[in-house]
Amino acid sequence: MNSPLLEIQQISVSFDGFLALNDLNLVLNEGDLRAVIGPNGAGKTTFLDVITGKVLPTKGDVIFKDKSLIGQKEYRIARKGIGRKFQSPRIFKNLSVQENLALSVSRPKTPFSLLFNNLKVKQLDKIQHLMSIVNLQSKSNIKAGALSHGQKQWLEIAMLVGQDPDLLLVDEPVAGLTDEETDLTADLLKSLAGDHTILVIDHDMEFIRRLDCPVSVLHQGHILKEGSMSQIEKDPLVIEIYLGQSEEEV
Amino acid sequence: MAIVSTKKNWINLTIWVVIIALIIAAPTFLPVFRLNLLGRYLSLAIVALGVDLIWGFTGMLSLGQGIFFALGGYCAAMFLQLNSSEGFPNGIPEFFGLYGIEKLPFFWEPFRSSIFTLFSIWLLPAIIAGLFGYLVFRNRIKGVYFSILTQAALLVFFNFFNGQQKLINGTNGLKTDVTELFGQMVGSEIMQRWFFWLTAILVIFAWLFSRWIVRDRFGDILIGIRDDEPRVRFTGYNPVVFKTIIFSIAGGLAGISGALYTVQSGIVSPQFMTVPFSIEMVIWVAVGGRGTLLGAILGAVFINYAKSLVSEALPASWMFIQGGLFIFVVTALPEGVLGWIRRGGLKELLYLMGINKKLKTYPKLEVNEQGEVKS
Repeated sequence: MNSPLLEIQQISVSFDGFLALNDLNLVLNEGDLRAVIGPNGAGKTTFLDVITGKVLPTKGDVIFKDKSLIGQKEYRIARKGIGRKFQSPRIFKNLSVQENLALSVSRPKTPFSLLFNNLKVKQLDKIQHLMSIVNLQSKSNIKAGALSHGQKQWLEIAMLVGQDPDLLLVDEPVAGLTDEETDLTADLLKSLAGDHTILVIDHDMEFIRRLDCPVSVLHQGHILKEGSMSQIEKDPLVIEIYLGQSEEEV
Repeated sequence: MAIVSTKKNWINLTIWVVIIALIIAAPTFLPVFRLNLLGRYLSLAIVALGVDLIWGFTGMLSLGQGIFFALGGYCAAMFLQLNSSEGFPNGIPEFFGLYGIEKLPFFWEPFRSSIFTLFSIWLLPAIIAGLFGYLVFRNRIKGVYFSILTQAALLVFFNFFNGQQKLINGTNGLKTDVTELFGQMVGSEIMQRWFFWLTAILVIFAWLFSRWIVRDRFGDILIGIRDDEPRVRFTGYNPVVFKTIIFSIAGGLAGISGALYTVQSGIVSPQFMTVPFSIEMVIWVAVGGRGTLLGAILGAVFINYAKSLVSEALPASWMFIQGGLFIFVVTALPEGVLGWIRRGGLKELLYLMGINKKLKTYPKLEVNEQGEVKS
């Protein structure tokens, strides 16, 4: 068997003594679609911060394609093939949809290349293709800041895909979306899985159910349970800490 | 979108036709004194372009561009002084005699060469800006802290240049108007006319160069850094490199600007490195229009021309007018005058004055059977 694409080994992150992540282990194989759920403060975003190099773990290691990512700069990790979507959509709001995507598909990502090389036909085609995936062709010249919330989320996902990452880290892609948009996003992510390895973080249960993939439950900084959504839902421990709690809130 | 960009092109084209016509006409109808002032203000437009690149596009508010401006000026002045010092004791510039210096300080030596000087005018400030920028950006210092740091650096340079009489004549500065170049006095009318033309051409080249920088994806990355730097990083770009490059370019432009300003005002002194002067550069860009390039040029020239006209008529009132202008622009026209015009501000103004009428409803749209708008 091939070695896994991403291996997270006993990661702990401590913020002034508070353990945001505690002895966390996770393995992702190529082509996996994996969901991570967990209540607020479970460490979901910190977990992505560690993988993408924003936060340095106190201990443990992150192995991506057989190499450690610890201590690498964010942009280097991005170039190795890890794309990240943030919780609130982060796009370049003063650039058009097309310009946003052009920055994501440009290679190599050096100042020299941006100044002197024009985009190749292949890359231009890719921009068109990405816009068609997320249904933004008609908005190609509109400033991204003028898009609706859902369209911004999709544009950001399209920008991720444009980076040609092997691993997509998607943080709450359906926060603030309508039901219809949520369903479309789930379908979009499912269609991207296979070619890409995808890790989705969310706590919208309907959305996770629709993704129909293995789920890991994160609680107090470590993985409490892994399994399919139906298994997870029946687990008494999970119900107690998470599902039960959220039902009461509703 | 096409409509907007065509409109923008029209505004740009009109402004450029007017600018070039004025520049060509200026030497024939302006007295030498006024022409010289215009030349100086045009040279300030070059430093303003740099401020626009780093602040308007990249979002880094530098309050220390005076450093690079003055360095360019000193490079030019050192060459001119050496070029005209044959008749003085020891063959070195006259002021050294006042302090009993007989040997030229080592760093003056290379400025005997005109080629070295032509390069150092822009390369030296660019290198210093690049080094300073790299150290600051690598440590992810930005926003207000960056502004404070640039201003602190400005004060350090000011105090150094102000205090070193024996090296660069300290607070007195270096005079250039009585020096010689090509057998002519630099302050003479014919030389000043040539400097005016040189400045006008270099402003246009500086503008074209800046346009080329921001025209495509490089400029988009700068805007991206301004709007959301972490996103730039996670997209795989290293913002430190981009910021260092653009800060270095702005430094180089400031150096050229400073050299042209020095030869046209006849002196370079540590006064070029005072805090208010560097802040004024930011005001020119804010008033003209951030992120518009052309706005930086117009802001620099018009504000400075207004300054000299107002100061002649009502001495001492200029500071109040400048302050008021800045407050007015920041509150009423946050995009600057040019940004405002491009957004259709003139039409709005005509409407407010009752000259133009606003559309009362949406324009009529043609709708097909499905209720969709025909395009």
